[in-house]
Amino acid sequence: MSKIHVTTTVNGDAVDFLADPRETLLDCLRDHLGLTGSKEGCGTGDCGACSVRLDGVLVSSCLVLGVEAEGRSIETIEGMASPDGTLHPLQRKFIEHAALQCGFCTPGILVAAKALLEENPDPSESEIRYWLAGNLCRCTGYDKIIRAVQDAAAELRGAA
Amino acid sequence: MRYHSPLTFEAASRVAAGASGVTRFLAGGTDVLVQLRAGSVTPDDLIDLKRIPGVGSITREGDGGWTIGAAVSGAALGATPGLVSDWPGVVEGMGLVGSTQVQGRATLAGNLCNGSPAADGVPGLVAAGATATVVGPEGRRRMAIADIPAGPGRTALQPGEVIAAIHLPARGAQGGDAYERFIPRTEMDIAVVGCAVNLRLDGDTIVEARVALGAVAPTVLLVEACAQAIVGTRLDEAALDALAAAARAAAKPISDKRGTAEFRTHVAGVLARRVAVTAYNRAKGNRAKGAAQ
Ligand SMILES: Cc1cc2nc3c(=O)[nH]c(=O)nc-3n(C[C@H](O)[C@H](O)[C@H](O)COP(=O)(O)OP(=O)(O)OC[C@H]3O[C@@H](n4cnc5c(N)ncnc54)[C@H](O)[C@@H]3O)c2cc1C
Ligand code: FES
Ligand code: FES
Repeated sequence: MSKIHVTTTVNGDAVDFLADPRETLLDCLRDHLGLTGSKEGCGTGDCGACSVRLDGVLVSSCLVLGVEAEGRSIETIEGMASPDGTLHPLQRKFIEHAALQCGFCTPGILVAAKALLEENPDPSESEIRYWLAGNLCRCTGYDKIIRAVQDAAAELRGAA
Repeated sequence: MRYHSPLTFEAASRVAAGASGVTRFLAGGTDVLVQLRAGSVTPDDLIDLKRIPGVGSITREGDGGWTIGAAVSGAALGATPGLVSDWPGVVEGMGLVGSTQVQGRATLAGNLCNGSPAADGVPGLVAAGATATVVGPEGRRRMAIADIPAGPGRTALQPGEVIAAIHLPARGAQGGDAYERFIPRTEMDIAVVGCAVNLRLDGDTIVEARVALGAVAPTVLLVEACAQAIVGTRLDEAALDALAAAARAAAKPISDKRGTAEFRTHVAGVLARRVAVTAYNRAKGNRAKGAAQ
């Protein structure tokens, strides 16, 4: 199986890798680039644990081929905190509100929630729940996740 | 699997026409990648359409109609206010597909060509009288969307044919459309029944109607008897009863884990009534969804 050379941008850095055309973007991020923050919960678009931004659009990286990333720009959970390690307000609020237990869903939910707040800085509870309907969490019961997103949204609005 | 990313539809069609094994086009990939992962379909040739210039654009034509490129996502439809106000039913059907993540990728043409009888984007297109530009080895042709589904997982497209764009007619005065589906949950499920209604009024009287049902037959149904039940009426109680009866008579569903044939038949009537009221209110300029007339 011949591999394809892919050049792309991940969290602002130019990167390249060799991809089998059947490999998903999630496989490539994890196995070729060592970015293991994005998780595979299902591999079929149902759980959102693999959420990343592709040219700014929230997608499930298990439903994107690695070769499709050629020339695109990707943002993953690894790019969310500042380079000096300062956490993004969403990350901080998730810790404060105990919005995670095992943490497997957390990277995907943080990436998805950040995309929401950029589009809608003041979402209602039901807007948050619908936006995150494709992010499954088996531990928290969602309530603390919603509170953390609301609190982060309030802080971000205050800072703006 | 060979991955191709042609720069024109003609080139995409040539690759597909020349391929001997399993061939798939790649639009949003939300069906193709799931099937690849499940091992149910591993294409020998996968033809990505997203590098073709213009595939991501939504254009309002001079006559008021709309052209939607083959790679336009559900989210992009919903972010186009003029399209939402002209064809809210088409947009809300596609908007029900999957999660936010799926919405960022899934396309109308992919929803249509994947061939699911329960595809949520398709009844709205059929009710709207939408057409597709199809590019194939013999050149370009226009097909009615209603003529494309051929059965579960099958379309009437010929080998090598690819949809370049979907076209919606001009909305015109006093028209409205709507789509609703029944699912046992509130999000992320497959339609047990779907229904789209598109109609036009003269004053308070319906003068044109198209009613499409999804998930109650091997393909989407355009039900002429449903249209006849409401054309010439003001959608009074008698017309709604006749509409529901016509929808139930047309439904030929199977029983499966999502619902029995009896339940689906019943729900087809319930949805037809409900969706017709929404379309009627929209045609009257009243966007309040579901308000009783
Ligand atoms: C988590 C999840 C939830 C979902 N929920 C729903 C739902 O609620 N309702 C629903 O209807 N669907 C649902 N789907 C299915 C899927 O998202 C839709 O059918 C979607 O519209 C497919 O579009 P796509 O662009 O991703 O298609 P792709 O996967 O790219 O392609 C699908 C098929 O269409 C063909 N094709 C694509 N573009 C063209 C073209 N231009 N010309 C000719 N053939 C073409 C391909 O060869 C392939 O066979 C869901 C999927 C997932 C993963
Ligand atoms: S791993 Fe991608 S959605 Fe579950
Ligand atoms: S914290 Fe365990 S799945 Fe969400």
